[in-house]
Amino acid sequence: MSLTLDQVRRIAYLARMEISDAEAESTLETINEIFLDLIEPMLAVDTRGVEPMAHAQDLTQRLRADVVTETDHREAFQAIAPETEAGLYLVPRVVE
Amino acid sequence: MIARTLIELSGALKRREISSVELTRLYLDRIERHNPKLNAFITLDPERSLAQAKRADARIAAGEAGALTGIPLAQKDIFCAKDWRTTCASRMLSNFVSPYDSTVVERFNAEGAVLLGKTNMDEFAMGSSNETSHFGSARNPWDTERVPGGSSGGSAVAVAASLAPAATATDTGGSIRQPSALCGLTGIKPTYGVVSRYGMIAFASSLDQGGPIARTAEDCALLLSTMAGFDERDSTSLDRPKEDYSRELSSEKGGKPLAGLRIGLPKEFFGEGCAPDVMNRVTEALAVYRSLGAETCEISLPNMRLSVPVYYVIAPAEASSNLSRFDGVRYGYRAPEYGDIDDMYVKTRAQGFGAEVKRRILIGTYVLSHGYYDAYYLQAQRVRRLIANDFSEAFARCDVIAGPTSPTTAFRIGEKIADPVRMYLSDIYTIAVNLAGLPGLSHSCGFSEGLPVGLQLIGDYFSEARLLNVAHRFQRATDWHLSRPAKFGDV
Repeated sequence: MSLTLDQVRRIAYLARMEISDAEAESTLETINEIFLDLIEPMLAVDTRGVEPMAHAQDLTQRLRADVVTETDHREAFQAIAPETEAGLYLVPRVVE
Repeated sequence: MIARTLIELSGALKRREISSVELTRLYLDRIERHNPKLNAFITLDPERSLAQAKRADARIAAGEAGALTGIPLAQKDIFCAKDWRTTCASRMLSNFVSPYDSTVVERFNAEGAVLLGKTNMDEFAMGSSNETSHFGSARNPWDTERVPGGSSGGSAVAVAASLAPAATATDTGGSIRQPSALCGLTGIKPTYGVVSRYGMIAFASSLDQGGPIARTAEDCALLLSTMAGFDERDSTSLDRPKEDYSRELSSEKGGKPLAGLRIGLPKEFFGEGCAPDVMNRVTEALAVYRSLGAETCEISLPNMRLSVPVYYVIAPAEASSNLSRFDGVRYGYRAPEYGDIDDMYVKTRAQGFGAEVKRRILIGTYVLSHGYYDAYYLQAQRVRRLIANDFSEAFARCDVIAGPTSPTTAFRIGEKIADPVRMYLSDIYTIAVNLAGLPGLSHSCGFSEGLPVGLQLIGDYFSEARLLNVAHRFQRATDWHLSRPAKFGDV
């Protein structure tokens, strides 16, 4: 199956990336090629009864004691932010 | 001095034949001379490196030196290092000065190693040629018109051109092994979970694994012994006792040091698709292995051909999730002009990411989106298990698996970059190892038209020490690992 131009635009929005019409068209072409030439052969494999493998090792999530382990680095972290004020990260207004 | 291995340099430092400051200067001078042509480093900070070297010298003088104290090492620019710019070769992080150390950097610092600089790579480690770097491609010192491989291209170039005695790297689908092969070096990707991913900028979290690139297996063993080990800050770090990966190397063995070793040769690695000359060098190397006492047998990894498709579903899926953190709010790039917050996100991400990274984010977003998750992502995870099962069956019949690391030698810069499908197929022999989470090593095994050829060794889980020993025995019997590119052979 192939993607459509609208799907590419929709995915780009879901991924929060601006995409020009020209970019969307060239992306559509490459992505369709990747899906058809590369990924498609995998879809036909019979995997009934096969357990999906998320990780190489069968790990269970470790738990730790519920105590504070992090120290305060606010100043160091905010020093590298694009825009801050009074200890807050600034972004365009979200709530009117 | 620069022709010496890391272990030899360590001895020279201990015997005070050279100080760490002198050694660090030596490499910094070489970098100054050759980096403009090779583009192996993204960020250098000579003052900081030399200050670290000075502290190492004090430690050596006080008799408190370990094997790596005073050794200058290049760090792939994917490892966060406190107060160092850490870019991951992306515009998105081109202004990011890390406020903390990754576990790998922290461990080397604790040993007293010197951080020589941050090496070039494919943007966010997505690439097999180093060409997707925001800072331009690193160049292969064996032929500067050719790629060094990727994603850890800069690390491999730095070591191959003797701009550093060794370097760190990471491997998601072949990014340690393939550049090691293309630059004539030794590199090992450990079992998934052995090296901490804390502070190692995430690409595909279930596949990413750090490891060293050096000239010899012996050097890799020394470096891995420091890099590896349990870290509670990485949720998939494996809680196992600390290992000395050099432990099998020092024993003196007679004429047949590999007697009894069974090397499996997957017929899928030895069919069509591999350049004939690469295959010739691999076949000759296998003859060396047999002369050292190893036996070879044919095995099969029937689902091998599915590893590239599975990888290009799973890796982009995980990448699209991991890279959602780059939003222009807390750190990194932010678009200079925007309207509302959504506009800030979409412009920041469109401008901050390069073409290959965007492509993978889009593929990943698609395969995870409603209605396609089962067909693509879940199916890929199921086939991933089939691929891993192939390996466990194979290891019932052999101790290690061998084959070519890469189907070709270094290709020309620009040759494949416009054709992603062709580029993706350069990792055809390495990707399955990441999917299964196994350790894999590449060592040089000769040349084809002046370009290095790599041989890949794959072992069962936690067999790093054995893989390193096997490669070490090969390097005791041959001298391919000592070859250095003539153009950068000055001292």
